[in-house]
Amino acid sequence: MPEVFFDSSTLAAIGLSLQLACVTTLVLLGVATPLAWWLSRRASWLRSCVGSMVAIPIVLPPSVLGFYLLVALGPNGPIGHITHMLDLPSLNFSFSGLLIGSVIYSLPFAIQPIQNAFESMGARPLEVAATLRASPMDTFIHVVLPLAKPGYVTAGVLVFAHTVGEFGVVLMLGGNIPGKTQVISTKIYGHVEAMEYAQAHWLAAMMLIFSFFALLSLAGLKKHPRQTYV
Amino acid sequence: MFELNIQLLLERASFELNIQTRLPAKGIHGILGASGSGKTTLLRCLAGLESQAIGRIDIGEKCWLDSQRKIFVPTWQREVGYVFQEASLFPHLNVLGNLKFGVTRVKTTAAQSALNEAIDLLGLEHLLKRHTAELSGGERQRVAIARALATRPKLLLLDEPLTAVDQNKKNEIYPWIEKLKSELNIPILFVSHSIEEIARLTQHLLILEKGQVLCLGPTIDLMSSLETPFDFGDQTSVLIMGQVHDIETQWNLAKISFEQHHLWVENRNFSLHQMIQIRILAKDVSLSLYQPQDSSIQNTLACTITGVQQNLNAHQSLVQMECGSSKLLAKITKKAFASLNLTVGTPLWAQVKTVALAH
Repeated sequence: MPEVFFDSSTLAAIGLSLQLACVTTLVLLGVATPLAWWLSRRASWLRSCVGSMVAIPIVLPPSVLGFYLLVALGPNGPIGHITHMLDLPSLNFSFSGLLIGSVIYSLPFAIQPIQNAFESMGARPLEVAATLRASPMDTFIHVVLPLAKPGYVTAGVLVFAHTVGEFGVVLMLGGNIPGKTQVISTKIYGHVEAMEYAQAHWLAAMMLIFSFFALLSLAGLKKHPRQTYV
Repeated sequence: MFELNIQLLLERASFELNIQTRLPAKGIHGILGASGSGKTTLLRCLAGLESQAIGRIDIGEKCWLDSQRKIFVPTWQREVGYVFQEASLFPHLNVLGNLKFGVTRVKTTAAQSALNEAIDLLGLEHLLKRHTAELSGGERQRVAIARALATRPKLLLLDEPLTAVDQNKKNEIYPWIEKLKSELNIPILFVSHSIEEIARLTQHLLILEKGQVLCLGPTIDLMSSLETPFDFGDQTSVLIMGQVHDIETQWNLAKISFEQHHLWVENRNFSLHQMIQIRILAKDVSLSLYQPQDSSIQNTLACTITGVQQNLNAHQSLVQMECGSSKLLAKITKKAFASLNLTVGTPLWAQVKTVALAH
């Protein structure tokens, strides 16, 4: 084991990456649920619009997203104004700022699997539940959510992995401050900048293995397709 | 006795459902009609699954829909049981979980007994722990029916529940549905495109065409009438209620009597004096002016012609006869009709090739 693993700033970066990924996943599963539900209902002009907006982070360079967020959260941005008025510390270069960036950046990765799960179950389970006296909220909790479980698992794995792997947004918003906003990906960047290739190699290899296993677990989930609804 | 009052209007781009009818709130009502005639849509409107439907639905004292008073009771607050074409069991619950789903949401003290009754009625005791994926098609439908029944609905809607089930399994489910009729005191609407099922299971018949009621009446009357504006095709038949009068165990035959007439049918463990309904297909009846002798056909009935429908098709006529007060239908060629010189009032002998048991 090279000394890189005992370096406290490296451990802090790994810890922060995991913490950020965990919190982002939790927040996103919560945020994506009502949004995906709404998007999965009958198509309309507004839904297509919102659906496209939510998907933008997939195609947008992370630096662009990070830049706009930096401006918005900054002292002269709309959100910065609000935090200043409420006498809160600036969100830029803080964990909360990273979290907001991560949530927006990974939103499509949560929305799409969950929305697909909602859409693929069709209207029938909802109708059956209604004829069995279940109110809409009751139906959602006891029929829709259990049936959409595979979608939630996929969304969780994707968001977690995607958040661990993000770079542009966290660099823009967090500024790569060791122990505060430095995560694995920005730490690797720091190592490369400082010509510390050995350390960069170890962390990079770790990320590669992690990503591989994340995707492998998803493939494993797909091998056991969810029960067909007959 | 309370009634089911249905006044519905549902307008779609290429279809309009426009139904005004009152049904007695008891027994099994068959709903028949070509595909696209609005059978399923009617059930969906009754269940409240079509939010665009306007009009009025009263079931006894309860009003489920009254567009004038802006009343629309949502599905989950209507006491309705709905069995869809596919069993639509919840895959994340086992059989018992599916059965309990509705019961736990009905706030009555008798919920547990309703569940037990439904399990008994549909014979599901041994399946309760099974996963839904491990059930046969017939078992799935029985679970779906029991699940709907366990909520003690005021109205049971069966939407072609036997379509996805093969013939053997159908025979397995028929007795259960017949049992529902005799043991439940609620109206059952049974959509089917199978005349055989309609004949076997229903007492009343509602025939739909292009979203409207074509005719309505007792199944037995509509099927034997020449006036019914619906072509039953190959399945044109009459239903006769009779009593088991004699059993010949040697030949495994049972003698079924109705008024002064009788027919021999296959003995299916009948007991003497049991009432059974038999069904005679018009294509299985041939006519003779003289009493046939030495024929392999055992069943001959003396009757009188009461009507003829000539516009059936190019080569056949549908002859209606009276046999006591029961009606009989025979499909014969126009050529035979002419050469036998048949007319209303002609007395003749009807030879019945096969007799099916309606139930």
